[in-house]
Amino acid sequence: MTTTTLPADSLAQAPAPAPRGHVTQARVLRSEWIKLRTLRSTFFTLLTAMVALIGLGALFSAFTASHWPSMSPGERAHFDPALTSLRGFFLAQLAIGVLGVLMISGEYATGMIRASLAAVPTRLPVLWAKAALYAAVVWVLTTASALVAFLIGQSLLSSRHIGISLSDPGALRMVLGAGLYLTVVGLLGVAIGALIRNTAGGIATVFGLLLVVPVLAEALPTSWGNHVNQWLPSNAGQSLLSLHHEAHTLQPWTGFAVFCLYAVVALAGAAVLLKRRDA
Amino acid sequence: MIEAHSLTKRYGERAAVTDLSFTVRPGTVTGFLGPNGAGKSTTMRMILGLDAPTSGSVTVNGKHYARHRAPLHEVGAMLEARAIHTGRSAYNHLLALAATTGIPRSRVDQVVDIVGLRDVARKRVGGFSLGMGQRLGIASALLGDPATLVLDEPVNGLDPEGILWIRTLLKDLAAEGRTVLLSSHLMSEMALTAEHLIVIGRGRLIADTSVEEFVRGAAGSSVRVRTDGAEELRQLLAGPDVSVASVERGVLEVTGLSSDRIGRVAADAGIALAELTPQQASLEEAFMELTRDAVEYHAPVLEQEGQAA
Repeated sequence: MTTTTLPADSLAQAPAPAPRGHVTQARVLRSEWIKLRTLRSTFFTLLTAMVALIGLGALFSAFTASHWPSMSPGERAHFDPALTSLRGFFLAQLAIGVLGVLMISGEYATGMIRASLAAVPTRLPVLWAKAALYAAVVWVLTTASALVAFLIGQSLLSSRHIGISLSDPGALRMVLGAGLYLTVVGLLGVAIGALIRNTAGGIATVFGLLLVVPVLAEALPTSWGNHVNQWLPSNAGQSLLSLHHEAHTLQPWTGFAVFCLYAVVALAGAAVLLKRRDA
Repeated sequence: MIEAHSLTKRYGERAAVTDLSFTVRPGTVTGFLGPNGAGKSTTMRMILGLDAPTSGSVTVNGKHYARHRAPLHEVGAMLEARAIHTGRSAYNHLLALAATTGIPRSRVDQVVDIVGLRDVARKRVGGFSLGMGQRLGIASALLGDPATLVLDEPVNGLDPEGILWIRTLLKDLAAEGRTVLLSSHLMSEMALTAEHLIVIGRGRLIADTSVEEFVRGAAGSSVRVRTDGAEELRQLLAGPDVSVASVERGVLEVTGLSSDRIGRVAADAGIALAELTPQQASLEEAFMELTRDAVEYHAPVLEQEGQAA
């Protein structure tokens, strides 16, 4: 590739021979990376997710440690030290889900999508790049935050000798699980953003799916609910985030696989519609 | 070169573009003209593969737009100035677009200078004026140094200096042998910028002609004559294909005869003329005349009068 050496105002005299590069997936990834890091909302939203994950985990751990002596035997029996320190994931998923939707709905809201799709007329590379990039960023940041939250939380709990270490059974799986769960929430956000193409509608759909549907399902008769609830997206995904396997929940990795399947289906639907619909 | 063949786009029952065929040739600025809602933007979106035609096809440089492996180098497009994320700086917007085909930073700097946005390139686009947004849109169209430019209403919101600038820029680009298609609903602007015209109304082709021809057709449609012998002259001029109207006492509006002919007739009859003026219909009037039946949105008052009558 050659770079142009023309003075800026001589366009009229000689067409600048700009390099004729093809669109490739790697280049679209680079383009999306520039887009992601040049918006303030990216920075603030991801910071919110990290603060929620670490801050709330520390808060719950400190609170539990200070109240431990006054807790009933029943409460103590249900106590999950790993989950206590990772509890912030519940708030963090809001930030991750919102930014995932915005990755695409933000472009539709501003009209940027037409510039993006005119630059990459095969379209799908844009979706894959956004999904892969966002998943990678979320995974790195939330896994690191989950580890920090776990270590801070357990050191606070260890004052009562109720903390666990990363080498205890299930502990590492939960720390990794928090990052993986949030990564798939992000992917679900991207896919739904592409399906709905509207920020408010997309956010409502993501949280309806993750937060409202499980609550509604509580209304089912127990005999049904026990079968249905474990398959709902967030319940399935969160089976990674339990130290001990509980009744009527999926096995941790099975549950996560089911959660991933939801995201894959949503992404596939988004891909089909992105290709088919007018921009 | 842009070639449209029987391009048709329907949204449900409503046809936005119907059976539209035209060719936009390199080396000239082609104006794409039509009233609001005529289907200009829809057609431009179809050229860029953003909207799929219901039937028919359109190719750019011999291929469907989406088939080009380096689209930014084939076609530079500005579809409505605001197709830009408002939260990003102008420079980063261009950088992100440039990255898709590996256009280097140096070229981004170059187009920023060409459109005169150097001072504000690092500011967020949300704070841009309409004119600055237009310039940024043009910068993104120029990024890949494309052989074909498609610009939707590029002079919208520009100040007189900006309009002059873009007029010169587009003419220079065409003079280099590029294909330039720009849309507008302003005939007077087109007459100064474009050499060729494609006029559409209600999604159908109305005219595909050179600006020169269009102007010639629009001019000299009537002659204004002022004389004391108006009544006498009126009778002398009467004939098939000639209509003479009295505008006011002593003033005639003659259609169907040249001013030369009228002057000759008057001289032969010994009638003194105080005024003999060919009336040039303005381009805007000629355009309105041409698209009268194809205007999507009439002023509501007129329609009510029509219903009452």
